[in-house]
Amino acid sequence: MSRIPPELKYTRSHEWLRSLPDGSVEIGISDHAQEELGDLVFIELPQVGRRLASGEACAVVESVKAASDIYAPIAGTVLATNEQLAQAPELVNRDPYGSGWLMRLKPTQAQSEPQGNTGLLSAQDYSTFAEEG
Amino acid sequence: MSAPDQAGAASAVPAGTARLPPREKLIFEYSRSGRGARTQWPEVPAGAAWTCEIPAALRRKSRAALPEVSELDVVRHYTRLSQLNFSIDTHFYPLGSCTMKYNPKVCNAAALLPGFLARHPLAPAELGQGFLACLYELQEMLKAITGMRGVALSPLAGAQGEFAGVAMIRAYHRARGDEGRNEILVPQAAHGTNPATASMCGAVAREIAIGPDGDVDLAALSAALGPRTAGIMLTNPSTLGVFERRITEVARLVHAAGGLLYYDGANLNALLGKVRPGDMGFDVMHVNLHKTFSTPHGGGGPGAGPVGVSERLLPYLPLPIVGRDAGADGVSHFRWLVEADLPHSIGRLAGFGGNAGVLLRAYVYMRLLGQAGMRRVAEYATLNANYLSARLQRVGYEAAYPQRRASHEFILTLRRQAHELGVTAMDVAKRLLDLGFHAPTTYFPQLVSECLLIEPTETESKETLDAFTEAMARILAEAQQDPQRLQRAPYSLPVRRLDDVRAAREPDLAYRGVPAAQAEPFVSLPGQ
Amino acid sequence: MLALLGVREIEALFDEIPAALRAGELVGIGPGLSEQQVMQLMRERAEADGAPLCFLGAGAYEHHIPAPVWSTITRGEFYTAYTPYQAEASQGTLQSIYEYQSMLASLTGMQVANASMYDGASAVAEACLMAVRANRRSQSARILWPSALHPHYRQVARTMAGGQALSFQSLDYDPVSGQCVLSQLPPDEDVTALVIAQPNFFGVLEDVDALTDWAHARGALVIAVVNPISLAVLSAPGQWGSRGADIVVGEGQPLGCPLSSGGPYFGFMATRMRFVRQMPGRIAGRTLDLDGRPGFTLTLQAREQHIRRAKATSNICTNQGLLMMAGTLYLALMGPEGLERVARACMARTAELVHALSALSGVRAVFSGARFHEAVLQLDRPVGPVLQALAARGILGGLDLSTHYPELGATLLVCATEMRSSEHIERYARVLSELLGAPRAAVSA
Repeated sequence: MSRIPPELKYTRSHEWLRSLPDGSVEIGISDHAQEELGDLVFIELPQVGRRLASGEACAVVESVKAASDIYAPIAGTVLATNEQLAQAPELVNRDPYGSGWLMRLKPTQAQSEPQGNTGLLSAQDYSTFAEEG
Repeated sequence: MSAPDQAGAASAVPAGTARLPPREKLIFEYSRSGRGARTQWPEVPAGAAWTCEIPAALRRKSRAALPEVSELDVVRHYTRLSQLNFSIDTHFYPLGSCTMKYNPKVCNAAALLPGFLARHPLAPAELGQGFLACLYELQEMLKAITGMRGVALSPLAGAQGEFAGVAMIRAYHRARGDEGRNEILVPQAAHGTNPATASMCGAVAREIAIGPDGDVDLAALSAALGPRTAGIMLTNPSTLGVFERRITEVARLVHAAGGLLYYDGANLNALLGKVRPGDMGFDVMHVNLHKTFSTPHGGGGPGAGPVGVSERLLPYLPLPIVGRDAGADGVSHFRWLVEADLPHSIGRLAGFGGNAGVLLRAYVYMRLLGQAGMRRVAEYATLNANYLSARLQRVGYEAAYPQRRASHEFILTLRRQAHELGVTAMDVAKRLLDLGFHAPTTYFPQLVSECLLIEPTETESKETLDAFTEAMARILAEAQQDPQRLQRAPYSLPVRRLDDVRAAREPDLAYRGVPAAQAEPFVSLPGQ
Repeated sequence: MLALLGVREIEALFDEIPAALRAGELVGIGPGLSEQQVMQLMRERAEADGAPLCFLGAGAYEHHIPAPVWSTITRGEFYTAYTPYQAEASQGTLQSIYEYQSMLASLTGMQVANASMYDGASAVAEACLMAVRANRRSQSARILWPSALHPHYRQVARTMAGGQALSFQSLDYDPVSGQCVLSQLPPDEDVTALVIAQPNFFGVLEDVDALTDWAHARGALVIAVVNPISLAVLSAPGQWGSRGADIVVGEGQPLGCPLSSGGPYFGFMATRMRFVRQMPGRIAGRTLDLDGRPGFTLTLQAREQHIRRAKATSNICTNQGLLMMAGTLYLALMGPEGLERVARACMARTAELVHALSALSGVRAVFSGARFHEAVLQLDRPVGPVLQALAARGILGGLDLSTHYPELGATLLVCATEMRSSEHIERYARVLSELLGAPRAAVSA
């Protein structure tokens, strides 16, 4: 059974979101997603400063047998990307919710509290979704 | 690596497994400064009246790091490497969707006749009537086999044929002012080339569902069709190894929506002489000559992907095409048709006229078979697939579509073994290599979990199919008794299972050693 | 076998196919022939086409092919193997690909090469598409190329890029030197890539350093289109200008592949490591097996259609593997010195040919630029009938340029490789002199 930390929000395309104190949002892929993909070998991340629409494909995670797009869970501007992943894509396999984070976004709408976004799932809902999926 | 090492030293080899020769070092490791196959090198002439200096700035600065080896080094090295391969000539090779059948050697011998090999592609047609006659007749035979109205031979592989086909569909809609049609429908289980081709042509690939019986889900198809539909790409028999029974209905629906139908000829072997794509309602198709018509795969290629079209797509065929003019004396004259003959063509896809050598092999193969032989291809391909499927089910394997008749290939699923024993389709595939059989196609189509796609082809005997069944039965027994043995297979090949993750994370794509030649200063040859 | 299936005849196995779809007689397909009959037919056809003396190049070149090349690659173990997806059962093919990639990377001065494209023309097209993916700073998808790039390569690129929003702009050549003219370039418009052909279609050598630096100064990538044999003596694209070319492609046919009426040949493609994920085609890599010993496998496959499907770098699947093998054996047999000798012999024979023919009155060499193994000659009359008359006397005299370059007037493109001797050249000069009614006194050297 994969880990699904209760404090995070999730998407149906298996990204997670973490609200940071400064109002920005950290994004990664779930433990379930990294298990399905297998050992990651390459991760393509967007350029810092790029403006993303909600649902826009913005990164690619690649294993030897699959390549998956990562979709922006909310609209925002890319503040930072995890530069360690260029040398060590396995961080996403080892620690998907920690050192395997992908990028940080500044939400386009200041009030964009993730809870207010109907497309996002709670940990419990994501757990049910992932089991069915 | 100093000397060829001994394979399998680190692992116990289960009894009864085949053994290939040990590994071979790199050609660069044979290199010795100053060595060379000198009889192969030309004299460099010098003339008093002319010179040919290269401006200093344009000269090469250091020699390329090519090996410096003798002719015997080269022959021995590559012969040894060849012995590390499985091939049709040495092994049963039931690779689904790839049609790895025996190709008569005469096809190769004829294509390598000096007259064909020495002919320059831009030589005038007068010095190519023999060659062009073969190609013209090949076009005509392909028309008869496919039920299409026109054929162009130049696409260089199946995927390029697909490109030509979708480009023609796009050109057809554009010519009618129907600019909004940019969606190409592909079934879930399609070859990856189909959606990739759609993208390359600037269209959007849209997947449609397959029903539980393996046929296209007509409700899903109807829902997907509309004013944006450019066409649909189908393989029939499908990649699931079954004939699309409602193909006439599919064609009617697609045509009614204003779309055209593309036939992926990857599985034509199953229907040769029996059913024609043109009669099924397809507007355009490609033929993988290297699957159905006798060019072996050469470790990856070459192939050829001629395209056939119905009446309405004739103006858009890619160039060049072989045309025939009736001479005043009643003698046919063959020539390449060019832009002036076909102004609406999608254009050129190959530097010259296509993979001529592959086309000649196909021509020879068709002449050898004749009409009755072609039908026998489809019949025995189908018989062998159904027989092998039945035998494998009897020894305990699960067919993905047991209620359906197999075409020329069929799918087994290892989902039960994967769940219960932790043995995957890949494990079975690798263990088969130990037992002297090439593995079937694994993990394609992705629609069926833990699948093996098995295509025995028409050229294999009952005895070979029985031996393969026995090997598969043994593997199933091993899976139950000792799953780990399968999970770590193969044991008896030049290498054990390879670390694909390492290969992709730390790509080593070229030899970095420094042969003597590279370290030496660049010295021009005497007399320059 | 039928009993196991519970049917009485094979025909019953086709029972899922609607009867209305069953084919009748295939009109035009006769009875099968025996091997002896078919070989007799093919020999007659092959011999009907004669064996003219070839001074025609234009993208396909007659070179010596060492006997071990084809006797080795047509071994069944290479010739009848599939794409090496089952790596453990395909180490021979995979290691050969790795060796080829290594040789090609070194020859071009690049870091990585793929396992072949279809041919030189399609490799140029794929390079243009790749450049658009790789050059993220450029938004225009605009490719500049010299009009002295092989006309067929330009046609194929237009066909293959036709569905995507690429635009192509031709750069003229200087009528005196035959080299690409840089001054016509717009100073500050967005350009995605500049294609440089070395040598160009006229056989003329370009100032590749200046062209490369010009492109890089504008944020454009450089696509080098090169003749692989010429690279034995000409600057490697990786060393062009201050930063080197970014993508290198070309026709591999000169490396061990017979003329064969146009194919099968192989296209080659090499690039820098940082662009490898934008490169189409298969790539072999060296890795370790379960026991920690080296072995070879296809790698970086997530770029390819069987995994990435609609988002793949290309739809290419089947490539020209066997011809790539021919190229590998050719390069191994020639080695650095042999390849250099081939290149120098070609240049020398072409210089000899140009000297001999341009000494005839009514014939003159057109361009002043240094050349590799082709040259443009101008005649004092239409070229077509002259070439026809030459062909009737067993000589392929060259390519009539009036179709693709009408502005050049009555010109033909000639080529002499190491296969042409002084006697051959003398024969061409003698026959041409007779046809032109030109005095031959000057041809004595």
